[in-house]
Amino acid sequence: MIRTEELLLNVGPQHPSTHGVFRVIVKIDGEVITEAVPVLGYLHRGTEKLAENLTYTQIIPYTDRMDYVSAMTSNYVLCHAVETLMQIEIPERAEFLRFIVMELQRIASHLVWWGTYLLDIGAMSPFLYAFRDREIIIDLFNELCGARLTYFYMRVGGVKWDAPEGWIDKVREFVPYMKEKLKEYHTLVSGNEIFLSRIKGIGIYDAKTAIDYGLSGANLRCTGVKWDIRKDQPYSLYDRYEFDVPVGSKGDCYDRYTCRMEEISQSLRLLEQALAEFPEEGEIMGKVPRVIRPPEGEVYSRIESPRGEIGCHIVSRGKAEPYRIKFRRPSFTNLQIFPKLLIGETMTNLVTILGAIDIVVGEVDA
Amino acid sequence: MSEENKETKDANAEPSDPRAAEIQESREDIKLDPKLEVSQEDVSSNVASTDRDPESTAKEASPAAPAETAPADAEAKEKAIAEARAARAAAREKKEQEDAAEASAAPKEPSPNQPRLDRILQIIKENINTDAVEDSSINERDHDLPTITIRNSDWFACSQLLKSHVELNLNYLRNVSGVDQETHLEVVYYLLSLSSKHEYCIKVKTDREAASIASVTPVWQTANWNEREIYDLLGIDFPGHPDLRRIMMPDDWVGYPLRKDYESIDPEV
Repeated sequence: MIRTEELLLNVGPQHPSTHGVFRVIVKIDGEVITEAVPVLGYLHRGTEKLAENLTYTQIIPYTDRMDYVSAMTSNYVLCHAVETLMQIEIPERAEFLRFIVMELQRIASHLVWWGTYLLDIGAMSPFLYAFRDREIIIDLFNELCGARLTYFYMRVGGVKWDAPEGWIDKVREFVPYMKEKLKEYHTLVSGNEIFLSRIKGIGIYDAKTAIDYGLSGANLRCTGVKWDIRKDQPYSLYDRYEFDVPVGSKGDCYDRYTCRMEEISQSLRLLEQALAEFPEEGEIMGKVPRVIRPPEGEVYSRIESPRGEIGCHIVSRGKAEPYRIKFRRPSFTNLQIFPKLLIGETMTNLVTILGAIDIVVGEVDA
Repeated sequence: MSEENKETKDANAEPSDPRAAEIQESREDIKLDPKLEVSQEDVSSNVASTDRDPESTAKEASPAAPAETAPADAEAKEKAIAEARAARAAAREKKEQEDAAEASAAPKEPSPNQPRLDRILQIIKENINTDAVEDSSINERDHDLPTITIRNSDWFACSQLLKSHVELNLNYLRNVSGVDQETHLEVVYYLLSLSSKHEYCIKVKTDREAASIASVTPVWQTANWNEREIYDLLGIDFPGHPDLRRIMMPDDWVGYPLRKDYESIDPEV
């Protein structure tokens, strides 16, 4: 028997595989992890505290900076919460625009995940492919609202900018293009033997554990639980269009990978249907009072972001600023299971497991 | 993080975007617009005045009619008009009040979730004790969500019941929020059953001075970091929590930032 010594190793906060400033202290026995303690808060900006002194419209840019890989869905959850509280109706065209940008955002977000995940595992080139195609979506957003990452596109009652001329046609062209490229991704990576042996059977948990830990998104669905808020508690236009909810069976990193890849093609399917019915004309802002002052009350609105359930809990006292606002951030909740998964794994698998959870540190720390 | 910086730089490098100028312009418009000062109440009262009840207006006008039959007297006419106007305003006010009363009274009857609320109250009363529920209501603004306030001392037993009860089976804890209500602190739990898709909102209150609520981490693991966050930012103790430490703020931070009376110990920060 080889004698090994226990070693305390610090991973992060500046570690490339943590995609930000996430830190985890691991205790290793030789190559095997015996204990892991995550340390959070390096990117804590106190969004919830700041929001208490801001009007609802002023909070929207702060949501951009929470999950900066998927700002459109963060925008939506806040606007949706205020709209539910005030019972505002959204014009058809505005809702279509929101729907389209949210689904494009889901694809863009999954592409970032796909590229960087493979980069973490050791494959350089897929990252370049992913960012090449994500760039098209980012350009589309840039044309729509003048920003590439922090969009500030949605408003309570609708959206800020109407689609410029020809924009919808560009999206229409993008959908078949992306379908083609998705096939390319699969031939490039999905069947690769080295890749499969790195992710199959790693980081396994069952459905009961996933539910107990409140996991959501692909992290929950990889265990076979068919739960997608878009399907089960529909918002926006999701009850109008057909799409499947991909689920896994084993609950390992490979299932999380296949779920997300399948979600891209389902998003394309949703986009196709929505683009076919996109209204030619119409308002982009509903009837909203000049000063947004929701009535006294509470609301918890939740939607399916690329990372899982993102929620917004507003306590209003009838003022223009929220009395208390709390964001349920999927990355924060999903990350809780991370130290549990690490025990008994090797150091190389730390990166594999963390990458498969798909966190954005801006959202973990808020 | 590094990516965000990169992207921002990229965006700055493209000043030729015609939309940038447009944004600037429209923002100035908003600032100059005097209507911005119009409050929500003004808007709603304007709406109310346009859809006056024609019947009531006619009724108010009739007492003024005899004055008009008298010899042409401008003063009397003016007086009558003023009277009619006042009467109309009064009628409008009365109607508004009635509408408000109606609005508050009407939706209480048909809430589709009322049976669900009654059922969960019954289950809690039967299994815990009759005083466990402090308050219950239907949150009409949030899709008729059944909302229940549980007595602090009964909360842990109640949480176990909610999860394990065959009929309720609330196995998924969606969200935990801490709220400083100034008179007391409050933790709000949003629970969901993945099998029946039923949702409930549970509130537990605690005293501001010695804030303490039983931890539900042994019941739902989701609560672990959420309770740490509430402890960190609102200063509520969670007895029974396996690892209650600050999570967002540094370990040596003084005070609880999300409390309404929080003042930073260092004025420079």
